[in-house]
Amino acid sequence: MRIGHSDIDDLARGAALLGSGGGGDPYIGALLLRAGLDVGSEARLLTLDQLADDSLVIPVAMMGAPTVMVEKFPNGAEAERVLGKLEEILGRRAEAVIAAEIGGGNALLPLTLGAQLDLPVVDGDGMGRAFPELDMVSWNVGGVSVSPLAMSDEHGNVVTIDGCSGAHAENLARHVVMAMGGMCVIALYPMTGRQVKESTVRGTISIALEIGRTIGEARDRGDDPFAALARTIDEAPHYGRLYDLTEGKIADIERTTQGGFATGRLRIDASGQEPLYIDFQNENLIAWRGAEPCAMVPDLICVLESDTAEPLTTEALKYGQRVHVVAIGAPSMLLSEAALRVMGPGRFGYDTPYRPLSELALNSRGVP
Amino acid sequence: MRIGVDVGGTNTDAALLSGDSIVATAKVATTEDITTGVFAAIQGAMSTGGTGSDEIERVMVGTTQFTNAFVQRRGLDEVAVVRLALPATASIPPLTGWPPDLSRAMGCHTYLAKGGYEYDGREISALDEGEIREIAKDIGERELRSVAISCPFATVCSAMEDLAAEIIAAELAGVAITKSSDIGSTGLLPRENAAIMNASLLSIGDDVVGSLVVALEKLGIRKPLYISQNDGTLMTAAHARRFPVLTFASGPTNSMRGAALLAQRQDAIVVDIGGTTSDIGVLEHGFPRQSAVAVELAGVRTNFRMPDLLSIGLGGGSRVQTGEELRIGPESVGYDLIRDALVFGGATLTATDVAVAFGYAEIGNRANVAHLDRSLLEECRSWIHTILSEGIDRVKTSAGDQPVILVGGGSCLINERLHGASDQIVPEHSEVANAIGAAIAQVGGEIDCVFGYEAVGRDAALAQAREEAIGRAVEAGAEADTVEVVSVEEVPLTYLPGGSVRVLVKAVGDLASVEV
Repeated sequence: MRIGHSDIDDLARGAALLGSGGGGDPYIGALLLRAGLDVGSEARLLTLDQLADDSLVIPVAMMGAPTVMVEKFPNGAEAERVLGKLEEILGRRAEAVIAAEIGGGNALLPLTLGAQLDLPVVDGDGMGRAFPELDMVSWNVGGVSVSPLAMSDEHGNVVTIDGCSGAHAENLARHVVMAMGGMCVIALYPMTGRQVKESTVRGTISIALEIGRTIGEARDRGDDPFAALARTIDEAPHYGRLYDLTEGKIADIERTTQGGFATGRLRIDASGQEPLYIDFQNENLIAWRGAEPCAMVPDLICVLESDTAEPLTTEALKYGQRVHVVAIGAPSMLLSEAALRVMGPGRFGYDTPYRPLSELALNSRGVP
Repeated sequence: MRIGVDVGGTNTDAALLSGDSIVATAKVATTEDITTGVFAAIQGAMSTGGTGSDEIERVMVGTTQFTNAFVQRRGLDEVAVVRLALPATASIPPLTGWPPDLSRAMGCHTYLAKGGYEYDGREISALDEGEIREIAKDIGERELRSVAISCPFATVCSAMEDLAAEIIAAELAGVAITKSSDIGSTGLLPRENAAIMNASLLSIGDDVVGSLVVALEKLGIRKPLYISQNDGTLMTAAHARRFPVLTFASGPTNSMRGAALLAQRQDAIVVDIGGTTSDIGVLEHGFPRQSAVAVELAGVRTNFRMPDLLSIGLGGGSRVQTGEELRIGPESVGYDLIRDALVFGGATLTATDVAVAFGYAEIGNRANVAHLDRSLLEECRSWIHTILSEGIDRVKTSAGDQPVILVGGGSCLINERLHGASDQIVPEHSEVANAIGAAIAQVGGEIDCVFGYEAVGRDAALAQAREEAIGRAVEAGAEADTVEVVSVEEVPLTYLPGGSVRVLVKAVGDLASVEV
């Protein structure tokens, strides 16, 4: 399968939805991919079955603050540079690249690099959504080391980190990205084809494309894009069902900054309902109605613009916006005990244990 | 007394107001030179109202001239675009994502130079003055007269844009310069796009504002002239000359603000029914609700505050298509209504003919539509009401019924309460709602900055932002006593320690009565 110009807008839209509020500005990501496709031709997608067990696969991503990214986007040479650095350290060339997260602009970056270098891109990612920290990745749960990793800024500076675990590497890298002005490109979790097959959320680029296309086509036809989205999610592999949480107006955004992350709470008022609250740490974490949760991480909580069903990233949310909130069951790979320790509610400081959407459905608006 | 004027593509309207009450109105055809039409409209309103030019305190003008010039690529200046950011941002050069014919109209003169800021005000690279001089020389050789300058985080610090502008101005006498920091908010690309669009409109800006000034001189009105902006606030004529792009989308805003005054409602749904389309928007506290998603103008992404409108292809000139399934619009006879509609002796069945056949609109000759089949007419009438009711339902935020205000020439298409309307108002003077909206516009000031909350403290940062927004509103002509902060937004820079928060504040007040 190949990704061409006509796929870009749909893919960016679908990736913004799967980002669950995070992943970086999809518009910038789309412009970069368009430029990449102009240099190369098309981006080649590889299914996991097409990947040789002994091949080297390297994930690439933008790391930093989305609000920085919309002002200071890359020079354009960073991704190739960090990929080259890891290849140099490992003493071999990568046979393919892959997205670390399928959220927002980060879903598109590997395709841009793949088109530029004529490298295939594996159809999948390490989350099936977006997460704020480097260790919250299925490959980490599956025993793959995050390091060696390489980070580069627009000046051509390269910083490598080696020999440490996921959470420790995250801490070191967070300080480096700060020094780099809040934005860099990173290559991490170098893997063999066999490792990729063991712990990747498969096919997520195709799924994002399908989601974006569904929303766009329904909108163009004048159909209800939310109904079309629900059908697509229900048919998509890995993901659970889509639950409708609320449709209303953003009545309050309460934000505090703790430990270098944006934590906060969003309130959405809708007529005839108790308000819905969403806690977020960069990405949306838990949705509450009163004291009862109705969706929790790692399940996806997505905020979409009411009329158009355009997904909205967390930093783009504003007082007064009319939004539609849906929850989507996380890929099953994120729901194992080991995965929940790394990316479940407890990892974000909640006492409440993870409960799936099916159990919480009574707290949501009603019938899924 | 004050005069509001709307210079549209077809008509120029004027409304004379004393306080908030309407003294007189006038509607004339827009003229090529603008001056003649504006002169006639204002004079018409003044003579109807028996008002002398010395009684006029101020004149406010809303116009779609700039929007139309851009949409039609007519009379635009070529622009030299200078972005201070290297080595960052080279992956997406200026004019990326523009429609090709529009970037060609801009001339494709783009320069990437060293410079730019980080989110915290550190420099990405130092500005190289020699490099800027070289660029200025090249701009001079290309004989370009308008320059747009942009820089990452110019919203945090504008010093580099200021310095580059000084250097270019010193090298190239008389060149016009638009800095991104003077125009837009966070987001380098939309802010840069706005600066480029503005730079391309400066010649037209001179023409249009100059024409307005001449019209006022001829009328003997020697009072300040204001132009309305996209968000319903005013700017001085001098400011509009420098920032014509800020007039974009002021038309729908003025029509909604005018509807609010005419109907004496602060919160309502406004349906502006024209010849070809109906625009449906929501008034909140007397102002149009703003759009939530990024707004594209003529295919270019910007981050202006714009009213959130639902446009439906149904107006007075919409064609009725019978056949297997009835459909009215989106095809319209438009301004040819007075030639093509049945009631004017034409051969096309239009939405207006339906209203006249029922007798609730009195336009043209009703005898021409007496033969029409009653059940078809009933079907049409029902269709028109249903379509607009559905539109109202789509813009509503709550399930309850809300008041609906109908304005525009096509409001006569409606003879019964639309579904979802708790109260339905067709106010007097609704045909000049735009001009009235221009007359009652307010002035505003905005700030959009990043603060380190851990260093300055949240309260101090917010206080500083509010104070600066209020200061900007007063600077723009607001009466200090009346200025209120209408919105405060905080956006933490996610993934970053240090408590970095982007703060956006807008303050709005009534126009000061003193001369500016």
